[in-house]
Amino acid sequence: MAHAAEHEYTTTGLNHRKLLMWVFLGSDCMFFASLIATYMVYRGQSLNGPYPIDIIDVPLTTISTFVLLMSSFAMVQALSATNANNQRGIRIWLFVTIILGGIFIAFQAYEFNAFKNEGLTLGVNLFGATFFTLTGFHGAHVALGLIWLTALLILGFKGRLSPATSLDVEIAALYWHFVDIVWIVIFTLLYLIAGFDTGPAIAAG
Amino acid sequence: MAAITDVLARPTGYSGIWSWLTTVDHKRIGLLYGFSAFAFLLIGGIEAGVMRMQLSQADNSLVDPATFNQMFTMHGTTMIFMAIMPLSAAFFNLIVPLAIGARDVAFPRLNAFSYWAFLFGALLMHSSFLVNQVPDAGWFSYANLTEKPFSGNDAMDFWALGLQVLGISSLAAGFNFIVTIINMRAPGMHLMRMPVFIWMTLITSILLVLAFPVITVGLIELTMDRNFGTHFFIPASGGDPILWQHLFWVFGHPEVYILILPAMGIVSEVFPTFSRKPLFGYPFIVFSGIVIGMMGWAVWSHHMFTVGLGSIATSVFVITTMLIGVPTGVKIFNWIATMWGGSITFSTSMLFAIGFVALFIVGGLSGVSHAVAPSDRQQQDTYYIVAHLHYVLFGGSLMGLFAGVYYWFPKFTGKLISEKLGKWHFWLFFIGMNVTFFPMHFVGLNGMPRRIYTYSSDYGWEWLNMLSSAGYFIIFLGVIIFMVAFVRAMRNGRPSGHDPWDAPGLEWSISSPPPEYNFAEIPQVEGLDHYWIMKRRAAAEGNPITRPEPHVDPRTIHMPSPSYWPLIVAFGTIWLAGGLLTHYALSFMGGIIVIIGIVGWGNEPPTARDPQH
Repeated sequence: MAHAAEHEYTTTGLNHRKLLMWVFLGSDCMFFASLIATYMVYRGQSLNGPYPIDIIDVPLTTISTFVLLMSSFAMVQALSATNANNQRGIRIWLFVTIILGGIFIAFQAYEFNAFKNEGLTLGVNLFGATFFTLTGFHGAHVALGLIWLTALLILGFKGRLSPATSLDVEIAALYWHFVDIVWIVIFTLLYLIAGFDTGPAIAAG
Repeated sequence: MAAITDVLARPTGYSGIWSWLTTVDHKRIGLLYGFSAFAFLLIGGIEAGVMRMQLSQADNSLVDPATFNQMFTMHGTTMIFMAIMPLSAAFFNLIVPLAIGARDVAFPRLNAFSYWAFLFGALLMHSSFLVNQVPDAGWFSYANLTEKPFSGNDAMDFWALGLQVLGISSLAAGFNFIVTIINMRAPGMHLMRMPVFIWMTLITSILLVLAFPVITVGLIELTMDRNFGTHFFIPASGGDPILWQHLFWVFGHPEVYILILPAMGIVSEVFPTFSRKPLFGYPFIVFSGIVIGMMGWAVWSHHMFTVGLGSIATSVFVITTMLIGVPTGVKIFNWIATMWGGSITFSTSMLFAIGFVALFIVGGLSGVSHAVAPSDRQQQDTYYIVAHLHYVLFGGSLMGLFAGVYYWFPKFTGKLISEKLGKWHFWLFFIGMNVTFFPMHFVGLNGMPRRIYTYSSDYGWEWLNMLSSAGYFIIFLGVIIFMVAFVRAMRNGRPSGHDPWDAPGLEWSISSPPPEYNFAEIPQVEGLDHYWIMKRRAAAEGNPITRPEPHVDPRTIHMPSPSYWPLIVAFGTIWLAGGLLTHYALSFMGGIIVIIGIVGWGNEPPTARDPQH
């Protein structure tokens, strides 16, 4: 994919694709910032329940958050294995990353379903609209990352990942870590801080 | 996966329709951008004409109010997103690689994708005319007018989804040009040796990639309100229409600078060339551009002074808005100082650049008068605002872009546009735009609101409106003369040589039109105005440069190969968006096309293996 690109001259010495990923992540920051801002503006503005206190399950999501953070650790190991040309390590750690990411998505699917059963939908109140939109777009980012990592894993099984092509892994890792960091912000704001909101009166006071 | 790639053999050849559909050459993509944007400029102009004819007399009934709403909505949306922005993108594409000494942009296929996504997004929005569900809520589509109870048909979905696709196109282009400018400068071209146009492209691209995600979120929320039962902007369910205004203008004000900075960059190339002097205060112009780019984020609420945000918020935005006039003023003084004492040639391009400065000053002054919140309360939503925004967008952006058209036309055709026709074009534009828009200051301050389809003759606005409508025809004539001049120059314009203006930029050192590979040998840049330095040194040594850099056998230079995939991915994207308007099954198919396209794209090397090697 990028054999020639690695060695071409660039003004800064940075690879084009890596720079592109950084610029994209900067742009994606604004995307999530806008969604998070919407959530915070509408915090406590729901006219009717269910409210966060009724359904947010902090312990459960703490587990899934831990799983996602561990997937970042596995991603670091996968990159390090690639740089060391440890073919077995590449496959194992990419696989672990994908499994952990998959578990996170499974948790989210379970959570969405449970919330739906407890009456929280997109249309029921502003909490539902902002919660599902924000976490849904984050979940979509994770899902996209899983497809990307799976493609890398296939390359890994073909033996096409090596120190010469480690940039392919590194760029995916940048994306993956970014998605993790966004989740830390979301977890802090939506669960730890706003997760115990009751009705409109509390937030107003 | 390899099978997918093999189904479509790599396109080859550089002629015929497929060579244009699959091109990744930045010069060809630039031309595609330019011609498409000009077509949309004409469409937007015709929409303006309908409005001017309707308003030329009091109590007129040429069009009904519903049509009038569609006209002003589509006029604004078209001119901003489908005419001025892609015209700027045309110049980014045409000029940036040449002016920084590169052979193409960093991601040529992504660049092709940007163009096709722009074209398809624009066509999607305009396809609303076919089903007579034309967007009609104004170019900033304030909530909750855009919600289902008030806009029941699909018009606002056309608007939101079309704009979403246009946003994807702009984001892709923004990423591409940031990487290109940061990473692909010829050796020796430090940041402070970059031409101002390149600086302004960089700042514009940064604004693009940071501002568009905000409107993306706004449009997602609007689309979800309309289609998936949320209530983001519906007050009855606790939603807040003001949030839409914030999201729109947090994007919308940087967008204003996205529209003007490229034109500022263009005139910063034109003034030194035709004044035979280096740009006065280059670092001040560059840093003013950077300051404008940063402060552009801190002024958005001046669009919302009448919302009632409270006196503290309003005061803050009054001050920031007044402050942002300072770097703009710095630039204006530097351009004037560039001309001061210069040996000026009043070419068409130079006239447009001077016209830009003159008209932009008028627009800037009325802009400062909006910054004063109490006076803005009087001006809000009147024709005074319309006058202001046309002085900065027509008098500013468009005049600057035309300065660029006349300046760089010889570079890409090897021919000269008739100066006589060009000057006719300039004077018709300059006079026509003043006749059209200057009276709007007065009718606006006399209380004529924007977006009304007619007015009573009792108000006394009639003769000024008639004057504005007459001005429209002067501008219209100017456009026709431009098209005549352009076609005549293409057919049998005088040969220009490679460097008709004795210009300072790198792009003028190669032949006109440039060879496919741009530079046979990547130049070593020695300073700002590199080509002037070269020419002066050669002249001092007694053998002045009269010829462009020699051509070489193109087969010795590996260039990115044409590709089907950008077109396919853009096609899938628009199918995906179109499906949301009609049937979700179509969206699903579009998604599959996008995935196949991305897989094929990823499996295809940027440069095809050369069978001869």
